Amino acid sequence: MSMISVILVVLVAFLAGMEGILDEFQFHQPLVACTLIGLVTGHPTEGIILGGSLQMIALGWANVGAAVAPDAALASVASAIIMVLGLADGTTDPTTAISTAIALAVPLSVAGLFLTMLCRTIAIPIVHFMDAAAEDANFRGIEMWQLLAIGLQGVRIAIPAALLCFIPAEAVTTMLQAMPDWLAGGMAVGGGMVAAVGYAMVINMMATPEVWPFFVLGFVLAAINELTLIALGAIGVSLALIYLGLKDFAKKNGGTGGGSGDPLGDILNDY
Amino acid sequence: MAEEIKLSQKDRMAVAWRHQFLQGSWNYERMQNGGWCYAMIPAIKKLYSTKEEQSAALKRHLEFYNTHPYVSAPVIGVTLALEEERANGQPVEDQAIQGVKVGMMGPLAGVGDPVFWFTVRPILGALGASMALGGSIVGPLLFFVLWNVIRMAFLWYTQEFGYNVGTSIAKDLSGGLMGKITEGASILGMFIIGALVQRWVSIGFTPVVSTVTQSEGAYIDWASLPSGIEGVKAAFEQYAALGPTGLNVEKVTTLQGNLDQLIPGLAAVLLTLLCCRLLKKNVSPIAIILALFAVGIAGRFFGFM
Repeated sequence: MSMISVILVVLVAFLAGMEGILDEFQFHQPLVACTLIGLVTGHPTEGIILGGSLQMIALGWANVGAAVAPDAALASVASAIIMVLGLADGTTDPTTAISTAIALAVPLSVAGLFLTMLCRTIAIPIVHFMDAAAEDANFRGIEMWQLLAIGLQGVRIAIPAALLCFIPAEAVTTMLQAMPDWLAGGMAVGGGMVAAVGYAMVINMMATPEVWPFFVLGFVLAAINELTLIALGAIGVSLALIYLGLKDFAKKNGGTGGGSGDPLGDILNDY
Repeated sequence: MAEEIKLSQKDRMAVAWRHQFLQGSWNYERMQNGGWCYAMIPAIKKLYSTKEEQSAALKRHLEFYNTHPYVSAPVIGVTLALEEERANGQPVEDQAIQGVKVGMMGPLAGVGDPVFWFTVRPILGALGASMALGGSIVGPLLFFVLWNVIRMAFLWYTQEFGYNVGTSIAKDLSGGLMGKITEGASILGMFIIGALVQRWVSIGFTPVVSTVTQSEGAYIDWASLPSGIEGVKAAFEQYAALGPTGLNVEKVTTLQGNLDQLIPGLAAVLLTLLCCRLLKKNVSPIAIILALFAVGIAGRFFGFM
């Protein structure tokens, strides 16, 4: 990797690390982070494909309350760098490089999780410094500590990324090429299945007996290949609106109509 | 009487900009308090002039705070309105401000998580990712641009809403609208997740269930086709009539084919439901993911997947 690429990779990693905690611009999402790393290292297409595959896996990863999900930032940045190293000499099959990178992303997401917990602990003394600054009405002080804390989260990903950049590319390519078919193929098979875990996380978050039928509808309708995701989204929004509207209607009529379920009968009674 | 101090739109925009860094100093003690105080600084500078007042305001906003980083925008809007009243001599107690923050953050986080993390992001992410899998840069761009447009519009307009409506918003929170938004998002989210499971969880079982020799006329009789271009035409015509099984004399049915005949993607949905069950039993998601990779490798090694 050239020096400029390394600097840009570290910069992307820094952004991803910051976003891993801020969760605003989404630089830590695989779709964005892997694409950027692919772009700055000259492997844009592979980066985009890796980003798309990892995104499908990481769809349900979200920090809720104080609980921390597997870390998408380190997973996407580090696996993209490894993929780029593997592609360096042009002899490795991109599919193998991508599916290996996906498999590596999972343990990396755990490592990232521990790093962010570490940063969140280090942030405790930082807010105590803020308390001290508040005592003196020292605005600059509070601002500085806040930016420092964000920077710390950026460095959390930037340092591992910089270290990975200096792994000799040959080591990675030899490893990739030495991999037997069943291992590379098996990881691709596994990669196809792990998306289920992310979806399961989302389902567990939202599922009530009331909304399960909508899951079934979505599942069955998706088998019609003519329906794009946008079309499916439109159906989903319509279903939600119809359902909420009907529920509202039922509630309003529940009081007066006595729930006879017979609109004509209700009209006749009122008459 | 002194002139009323008002927060200008520029002040409110400065707060909205800084509010994006809310989680920067997230810590296990008071969670988002540092970022919250950081966001309030432009307003505090404008509203209070003496050092005592400024110091008191800063300390007031370093109290515990934690909610979803986007739905925090209406909370900070309301807080700005309260601080403005207080700076203009209205009797707004510290407890009232902290009470509004704490009272709003709980119910709002309950809306923000399902709406943003479990509906909007999976949908936009899946849309972008499905395009990205083909190597198209449009996928990531679409995700990034749409997400940030939605996010920034939401942050600014709900903050303004909170600022204009003031404390009365807190009363509406437990009311119908929030519940409806959450429910609508859950319906849309579950619908889309159902679709994603069908499309993007891929399991392929390769074992052959049966091999049947088909009767004459159910397959293309390659030997008796007319020669030349006519033969190609005849083959295509027959293929269109017979379907893929017409290519060979023997009809091979794989386990996957059998499952897909019941419902396409049946194996995928069963796997997803299994994951739901395991997660409910507090099995770590990482453990499940690693197990799936192990199954995949074993499946390929022994040739059943």
